[in-house]
Amino acid sequence: MIHFNKFTLANGLRVIVHEDHTTPMAVVNVMYDVGARDEDPNKTGFAHLFEHLMFGGSINIPEYDEPLQMAGGENNAYTTSDLTNYYIQLPAENIETAFWLESDRMLSLAFSEKSLDVQRKVVCEEFKEHYINKPYGDVWHKMRDLAYAVHPYKWMTIGKELSHIEDAKLQDVKDFFFKYYRPANAILVVGGHVTTAQVKALAEKWFGDIPSGERIQRNILAEPPQTAAHKLEVKSNVPLDALYKCYHMPARTGKGYYATDLISDILGGGASSRLNQVLVKEKKLFSNIDCYHFGTLDAGLLTIEGKLVKGVKMKDAEKAVQEEIDKVQQTVIPERELQKVKNRVESMLAFEDMGLLNRANNLAFYELIGDASLMNNEFTHYDAVTTTEMHEEAQHLFDEKNSNTIYYYAG
Amino acid sequence: MINRKIAPEIKDATAFDIKLRPYEKVTLDNGIPVYIIKSEEQDTLQLELVFTGGSWYETENLVASATNFLMKNGTSKRTAHEINESTDYFGAYLNRNSHHEYATYTLHCLTKHFGDLIPVLQDVILDPAFPEEELSIFRQNMKQRLAVNLQKCDFVANRHIDKYLFGEFHPYGRVSSMDAYDALQVETMKAFYKQHYTYNNCKIFVAGNLPANMIHLLNEHFGKEKWNGEASLIRPEISIMPAEEKKFRIFNDENGVQGAVRIARPFPNRYHPDFSKMLVLNTILGGYFGSRLMSNIREEKGYTYGIHSQLYNFRQSSAINIQTEAGRDVCEATIEEVYKELRTLQQEIVPEEELHLVRNFMIGSILGDLDGAFEVIQRWKNLILNGLDENYFYNNINTIKTITAEELQELAQEYFTPEDFYELVVI
Repeated sequence: MIHFNKFTLANGLRVIVHEDHTTPMAVVNVMYDVGARDEDPNKTGFAHLFEHLMFGGSINIPEYDEPLQMAGGENNAYTTSDLTNYYIQLPAENIETAFWLESDRMLSLAFSEKSLDVQRKVVCEEFKEHYINKPYGDVWHKMRDLAYAVHPYKWMTIGKELSHIEDAKLQDVKDFFFKYYRPANAILVVGGHVTTAQVKALAEKWFGDIPSGERIQRNILAEPPQTAAHKLEVKSNVPLDALYKCYHMPARTGKGYYATDLISDILGGGASSRLNQVLVKEKKLFSNIDCYHFGTLDAGLLTIEGKLVKGVKMKDAEKAVQEEIDKVQQTVIPERELQKVKNRVESMLAFEDMGLLNRANNLAFYELIGDASLMNNEFTHYDAVTTTEMHEEAQHLFDEKNSNTIYYYAG
Repeated sequence: MINRKIAPEIKDATAFDIKLRPYEKVTLDNGIPVYIIKSEEQDTLQLELVFTGGSWYETENLVASATNFLMKNGTSKRTAHEINESTDYFGAYLNRNSHHEYATYTLHCLTKHFGDLIPVLQDVILDPAFPEEELSIFRQNMKQRLAVNLQKCDFVANRHIDKYLFGEFHPYGRVSSMDAYDALQVETMKAFYKQHYTYNNCKIFVAGNLPANMIHLLNEHFGKEKWNGEASLIRPEISIMPAEEKKFRIFNDENGVQGAVRIARPFPNRYHPDFSKMLVLNTILGGYFGSRLMSNIREEKGYTYGIHSQLYNFRQSSAINIQTEAGRDVCEATIEEVYKELRTLQQEIVPEEELHLVRNFMIGSILGDLDGAFEVIQRWKNLILNGLDENYFYNNINTIKTITAEELQELAQEYFTPEDFYELVVI
């Protein structure tokens, strides 16, 4: 049970306080309700590039990192398709430094041409490091494009192509900031060795006078149901053939999400999971195989990906994967196996909750999807899933028409 | 109205009184020491068994790590799948690791399941069978993984730079290869296991919320017998054979859009008085986001997504290693800038403001790293396995708080001469 208090400032900023007096540290987490799904299709990668610019100085503070380091703090940030999150960890005595820094960059950035110039280059190198200069690094670009017809999950957070990042203008940066980076679109979580009264006073003092802005109204096109299987063959300079299969799955808060998550664990969670046991250990068709998804807020993709043992034919490997999928569709999962994946979830949640930073991150995330208190009900949702429900869910999830397959050949 | 241009008051690093929480120690009936850090806050625990049996002790490449890996893949009573099933069923994680000096098995689980898991752990540690079938799957899959990794410039660069620093036959410079995987034999692994995974070569570290009968359970499963007999291990002398050449350029992928840059030199080990001072100098150079290298090469020039310098924590000898992946056409410019930063630290004194910031950053970071029982036991483990005590930890903190800019300059003059560094680019 994670305890917290919640209040909202007059400008709409939602504030959550999680007191934990067993630590000398404090965490300040600011989550903005904007991600790559909010981008213009011709200016992709912008939400993430923008995240870099948030460290380029704000209206009253020329350097973001230096004062924080001086206060013994560390920070980082990440952008996903759905959201952007900034977090600081520092000794609790110095917490006001974090309020000062975070509130000033919410008030206004410095919008420096130099910072934009450098960060465009840095992000291009990040793009190259992770998606161009790595074997199989381009597969998610191709898969998203194959699986989505209209939804902005069609492109990756890093961006569709380097040119979109290279072409970013300072005016785009300003527009983006004043549209999305407003108190009304943000959630502040403060955790650790702090009191609610102290956080209330500091939040009023530093964030209280920032203009509210407007809460974002999204009009993202829902992805229509897929009506035919999509397939793509790729040949690339990699040492091993690989198979990728993706199936459209429910949104994070949609019906069937928890059952689908448990299905992915049955197939690919842990060394004893079905795909690993049957395809790697018994049939020796794959040298590794995984099943996972990203838990996206809009309808996402359940993914199976594996590298084939050298000499194994793609069609034999795919047939064997299909047999495992057929089993999940045709046969009800044994109770003990369901209990196993539930136990795994229970344990995973417990270990996740150990870190103060994780708890703060999660409180912000659950508040973003509706209410921070959902965090404490998470296991109840998993525990309520029945084998019947999983069986039903598997029927449309693994419908052949719902599938997207990439055959990635070594060449 | 608040004045946003003025930073709030802060408490200074030197004012923080960092304490390393003491451990409890219990000895099992057969003499195995158990080091304990308790915490009641969560329902989780961590148990780690540590054996002197890393790659330093192997006589054939990869035997230490393969032995460590395959112990979990079948015992005389349980198949690999049964072991995986029983740990997965209770939501536990049973991880194994093999480094230069030590090989470890670590169990993470919910406290309530510990009693169900310890028989499985006992079986894995005391009765592994090393099935041929499992070795052949392991060999094939590791070779496939190696083939993929060999296409990555950073992976290739890491292998080469350690080879230059320590020599290709030294445990610190020796790397995996297809041939070495092919040469692995069950009999060699069984022998390595018998020799190193013995009761008198084992230390146990536990942390978290422990069941009341923890020690009883440990005694029942690991404390009764002199399992695997008495090992009398002698740490072999192995000499370092560094490369004579200093500059290397490797083309691994003709279409590569980035190069992996490594700039490294040997450095004395942690027992040398310069080691703790170098922790500070290394932080200034490339050990945090505001470092000289990051500020210049990422934040000023945009040549890379990240550049870091690292101080190895190896027992016999350490090294300073500067590493980055930079755009293909700016690799040489990156190297020039690195040397420029090294020379600046030799020629100019570190400004007081910067040193102050680094002290505060490092102390804040240690404070954060000591947050939680798992983290505290980790610190103790590193001290105990290296034959050190809390004084070493407090001395390091003292160095951070008191080292002067003059001392740092002297250190740079001794260790930051560009000509002393190995230099490598892998594209």
